[in-house]
Amino acid sequence: MATIVSKPETLVGKRIRRREDPRLITGTATYVDDIKIPGMHYAVIVRSPHGAAKIRSIDISKAEAHKGVVAVFTSKDTEKIGPVPCGASLPGLRVPHHTVLATDRVYYVGHPVAVVVAQDRYIAADAADLVEIDWEVLPAVGDPEGALAPGAPAVHPEWPDNTAFTFHQEGGDTAKAFAEADVVVKQRITSQRLIPSAMETRGVVAEWRAADRALTLYTSTQIPHLCRTLVAMMLGLEENRLRLVAPEVGGGFGSKLNVYAEEALLGFVAMKIGHAVKWIESRRENFTCTIHGRGHVDYYEIAAKKDGTITGIKLKIIQDLGAYHQLLTPAIPTLSVLMMPGLYRTQNIHADIVGVFTNCVPTDAYRGAGRPEATHGIERMVDMLAMELKMDPAEIRRMNFVTKEQFPFPTATGLIYDTGDYALPLDKALEIADYKALRKEQAEKRKQGKLMGIGLATYGEICAMGPSPATPAGGWESATVKIDPTGKVTVLTGASPHGQGEETTFAQIAADELGVDIDDIVVLHGDTSIVQYGIGTFGSRGTAVGGTAVYFALQDLRAKIKKFGEMLLESDDVTFAGGKVTCNKTGASKTIQEIAGASYRAMKLPPNTEPGMLATHFWEPPNFTFPFGTHLVVTEVERETGAIKILRYVAVDDIGNILNPLIVDGQIHGGVAQGLGQALWEDAVYDENAQLVTGEFMDYAMPRAHMMPWIESSHTITPTPVNPLGVKGVGEAGTIGCSPAVVNSVVDALSPLGVKHIDMPMTPEKIWKLIQGA
Amino acid sequence: MNITLTINGKPYSHDLEPRLLLIHYLREIAGLTGPHIGCETSLCGACTVELNGKAVKSCSMFAVQADGAKITTIEGLAMDGAKYHAMQEAFWNEHGLQCGFCTPGMIMASKQILDRNPNPSEEEIRHGLEGNLCRCTGYQHIVNAVKAAAAAASK
Repeated sequence: MATIVSKPETLVGKRIRRREDPRLITGTATYVDDIKIPGMHYAVIVRSPHGAAKIRSIDISKAEAHKGVVAVFTSKDTEKIGPVPCGASLPGLRVPHHTVLATDRVYYVGHPVAVVVAQDRYIAADAADLVEIDWEVLPAVGDPEGALAPGAPAVHPEWPDNTAFTFHQEGGDTAKAFAEADVVVKQRITSQRLIPSAMETRGVVAEWRAADRALTLYTSTQIPHLCRTLVAMMLGLEENRLRLVAPEVGGGFGSKLNVYAEEALLGFVAMKIGHAVKWIESRRENFTCTIHGRGHVDYYEIAAKKDGTITGIKLKIIQDLGAYHQLLTPAIPTLSVLMMPGLYRTQNIHADIVGVFTNCVPTDAYRGAGRPEATHGIERMVDMLAMELKMDPAEIRRMNFVTKEQFPFPTATGLIYDTGDYALPLDKALEIADYKALRKEQAEKRKQGKLMGIGLATYGEICAMGPSPATPAGGWESATVKIDPTGKVTVLTGASPHGQGEETTFAQIAADELGVDIDDIVVLHGDTSIVQYGIGTFGSRGTAVGGTAVYFALQDLRAKIKKFGEMLLESDDVTFAGGKVTCNKTGASKTIQEIAGASYRAMKLPPNTEPGMLATHFWEPPNFTFPFGTHLVVTEVERETGAIKILRYVAVDDIGNILNPLIVDGQIHGGVAQGLGQALWEDAVYDENAQLVTGEFMDYAMPRAHMMPWIESSHTITPTPVNPLGVKGVGEAGTIGCSPAVVNSVVDALSPLGVKHIDMPMTPEKIWKLIQGA
Repeated sequence: MNITLTINGKPYSHDLEPRLLLIHYLREIAGLTGPHIGCETSLCGACTVELNGKAVKSCSMFAVQADGAKITTIEGLAMDGAKYHAMQEAFWNEHGLQCGFCTPGMIMASKQILDRNPNPSEEEIRHGLEGNLCRCTGYQHIVNAVKAAAAAASK
């Protein structure tokens, strides 16, 4: 092992601007739709306008005859393409056969039925309108509790109960805890369907070179390697004949942590027509055909002693799965179960999940994936318990926290919380907000008839996904670091950043470990023909797992550099620092450039050492990481309109060590924006015919600049022992901490009116009605 | 139909289908892929360009309507040999972008805010950004970027 030393000025921990930005601010980055290949054709997909219908017949003759159209494909042509894969397995899971194009029946609005390929996108769109489908419209169901009701339409006729799976988990003795409880609080809590809405919709460009049997697929994905493996299997193509490239990716939030029908379909089309072909998802398609998130109806019960000690939690989750399982669909609510105790000590938990088919687009991982639902639930229940016991919400939390002496802490759900000091961010948030003064102000305002609320959420989460045994496809990450003969450094990461800034943070790590200028480092990702197999970016794992892989590859490289330095300096007493190896006796030194050059020239080699300067490391994490924090939200509700004004938003997040505070701030802000979106505005609404009513940005209220409060973000730092960087992950923290804090705040504001719970989104209309009904 | 226009200071002339959207003309014929398509319904602003000095959403007008116009896209924003326009530099310094997809439109809209009012309040900045959606940043760093660009210009 090389001596670990640092440069006089280290970059890790510095607020440096991002290295990926020049191409993004000048509009010269290459997203999928920016790719142009000579002879490229354009595909438009014909989709179901119905939630459920039988296809009596499809007439493609007019579309085929349209000038400029080169092909129209339906399910008859795509029979050999394998099903859209589900990577999650649960005992007894019912898995519908998910073909890339619908065969005799459609199951949700947006279900792909045919693909029209033409010389340009306008002609393809014209011709798509000429595909005639004779529908027999069937009753459909768009809400999960409705789907479980007797007599509900069967989404899949073979399973008339609409139940895809049930799942049970328990720990401790919940029955005893509830029997001996002084108080039990029950509440139905929903976590509505949300539309991830990455600003770049999905898109695919496929190019087939028949002579080489080589397919190149450019697709907007978070998981290029996994997508390559699975699409190759769907197409029956050898994996090494498929190059998959995630070019610049315009946001994902989980929605591109998937393998979609269109990815295989476009590969198929390119192989059929012998030309490159492009498909770009419209926003309407993105809303109807890309996975949604959340979709929970949760029934909670919490048992406690009079003094506020929580003794048990029961939870029944009804998970709206949609019509099919996408890559991880059924696994998402199981993450909610893992997270259900939150930061609290209780060992008595009892959980049931019912996974329900509906005539809707599948749900799957969306920022937080299971943990926001669980955190929202437990944090609401703790507030309701505090209300019932007339206790301060901060104090009831504090008295139930796992204490810092108890780590590593085994939870009732089978996790081992790595490290923590949960009171730290709580105290800091209370101090920043001046909690006592706020409560005084609230009392004053209440006297004046004003509705001011103070809400807290003390959240925990599961990050750095994750140890391989806990994941369906491996939870490690890979990195290669190589130094060219001229001394320039390239980092190849198996992570697949799409806005997280890892071209910068990974370069910071490499600059520090090698002692080279950050401008001498390039970080590459996303192209399976360049990068060794990797897993990808999701589950707040990029830096905690991917960055750690880079760190270990760098340690291997450091050892090799030192060996060459020892050989070249003819000394075994050397120091590697500041980008050079120096002999401690003579002061003579060799730079990394000189050493790298010598390693390739290979005139002489150190004992048992190969030429060249490259190291690859696949890092398997021993555990998840468990960030935590406190969000505190001050609101005021206008009686006349039901409008909610956020007066303060204080976020104190403990994500372990911080590699780049600028980037971390951005992750928190963005996370909070998505949490606020759920708490206040966003709702994917399917009507009684399972028609998506909120099918555009006009109807789906994503936060805009004027809707967002100022976020006062700060941190406490409790490094994780799980990885040597001490980082835990930050991508989802803001989202997870946000929604319960906001709802708790508004419930607190309305509590003088007797309001105990409000489901999201807390639209002015909903709040106004509550006030009117009080 | 024949159109002649100036984009980023250079003359362009093309014979176009009347129904061709300006954004498709810019991206696919003029080869300027900086402006992006995020919604095709004028709701997201990713396609924002400057047309005769005004920020417009290029997905919601036909290319032929731009006949005779002077257009500036993100690619032509930096002038006089500078690598970056002050607003681009401010977005970079303040981390006003993550995935970058909304960024070209966001920068064009931000420039317009300062063109109209060189010293806007935070509320005015947020109001000026209303027509542009970003899913990554929560807008706070974008607001900071506009503030920073305003401060730099007033020095």
